[in-house]
Amino acid sequence: MIRLSVQARQILARLTLPVLIAASFGLMLLGKADALLADRARMVLADALAPINVLLAEPLGAVRATFRDWQDVFSMRAENTRLREENERLRHWQATALALDAENQKLRANLNWMPDPAPAYVTARVVADAGGVYARAVLLALGPNHPITKGQIALDERGLVGRVTEVGSRTARVLLLTDLNSRIPVILETSRARAMLVGTNGPRPRLMYWPEGTLPAEGERVVTSAEANVFPANLPIGVVRYTPSNVPEVEPDAKLDRLEIVRIFDYGLRGITPPDAPARQARPERRR
Amino acid sequence: MSDRTPGIQPHPSLWRRIDIAARHAFPTAATLALMLLASAPLGLPDQAALLPAIALGCVYFWSLFRPAAMPPWSVFLIGLLLDLLGYLPLGAGVLALLVAHGLTIQARRFLARQGFLVVWLGFAALAALVALLIWLAAMALGFRLLPFAPAVFQCALSIALYPLLTVGLQRAHHSIADPEQA
Repeated sequence: MIRLSVQARQILARLTLPVLIAASFGLMLLGKADALLADRARMVLADALAPINVLLAEPLGAVRATFRDWQDVFSMRAENTRLREENERLRHWQATALALDAENQKLRANLNWMPDPAPAYVTARVVADAGGVYARAVLLALGPNHPITKGQIALDERGLVGRVTEVGSRTARVLLLTDLNSRIPVILETSRARAMLVGTNGPRPRLMYWPEGTLPAEGERVVTSAEANVFPANLPIGVVRYTPSNVPEVEPDAKLDRLEIVRIFDYGLRGITPPDAPARQARPERRR
Repeated sequence: MSDRTPGIQPHPSLWRRIDIAARHAFPTAATLALMLLASAPLGLPDQAALLPAIALGCVYFWSLFRPAAMPPWSVFLIGLLLDLLGYLPLGAGVLALLVAHGLTIQARRFLARQGFLVVWLGFAALAALVALLIWLAAMALGFRLLPFAPAVFQCALSIALYPLLTVGLQRAHHSIADPEQA
């Protein structure tokens, strides 16, 4: 170590903080100049932490499951009644759906309808929350040589979750539809009006830019629109709910706050690259 | 060595020196480890606010009671991890924590002699400032308006978590992080 006089060392010690504060501004500039840098650093970190997260997921999941079991024991009676009623209702709907499906098949056969290709999908476990105070996203654990690329679509068993925005070697980050950066073209199911679903970081994204004259109705179902070639048409998203201040929002079908397993679909859509990457050049295709 | 035990002292052996170094490195290492733990999938609601709360609590505590073990570059490193793990714009957390560190060092002469309540009050003011700074930086770097509620929540969680954090850190402060006990 270099021997310095006491004064020199004191001056150095006093200078460290201002220099580092200046460096933090430099870091901000660097982060702005090269948006990829932070993303890449994050994915490297996420890849490195992935084994720990996967390892932790198991016992933590067990703890949560035990906890939920205990809660279930107390609410079992009420839950049973509710389920029986729901079952009745669903049976009725099942009959309707089967009849409609048969009718649909018949009509399609008459019209020589070209069926949509069945999309390929991969199921992945959500291992960590990849959001922050000002972001909503989740991290998926994947094996090496996974087929997932940016822009693919994540769904849970109920509805749309979001889109894959960053892909590492063992992890992928899915930007949730509630994130501030999320913009999804949607169709209001009954009026067939187009609109945009805009994330607010809150639990319910907001509906915007619907055509004049067709107001979104309370309780109306909202599905994706194939416009811009980013999403396939008719993926379920949620239902319209009005806030007390009369702003239409969408209550997502997907359980976004407790995602455990999601399916990543490849619809082969290459419309627009994910929203957080405006200046990003296309990465070499991983698939094939 | 220490001013508290003057006199001739034997040259420390290799193991003793490693021990001293480890004790010296404990605050930074423990803070980083705690942050990694806080970003693990614990399944808590609003877990994202836990990360800045822990980072700030640790930086404040060690800057106040053992500044030699929490030098500015350590704070820089912790801030960088906060930015990466917390998906903040690069540099926002670093700046906020460095400012917090600087202010704590300035107020140290007064605060370190006070009781817990005053220290906590000081921390509350600092947590508000840090939440505000991160909020402003995130807005400036993202070119967009952000809701203020998450900043308020982050500040409240930081303040609420600090006593809990202090219990653990105070113990470490007098045992494992104390170079005198090497």
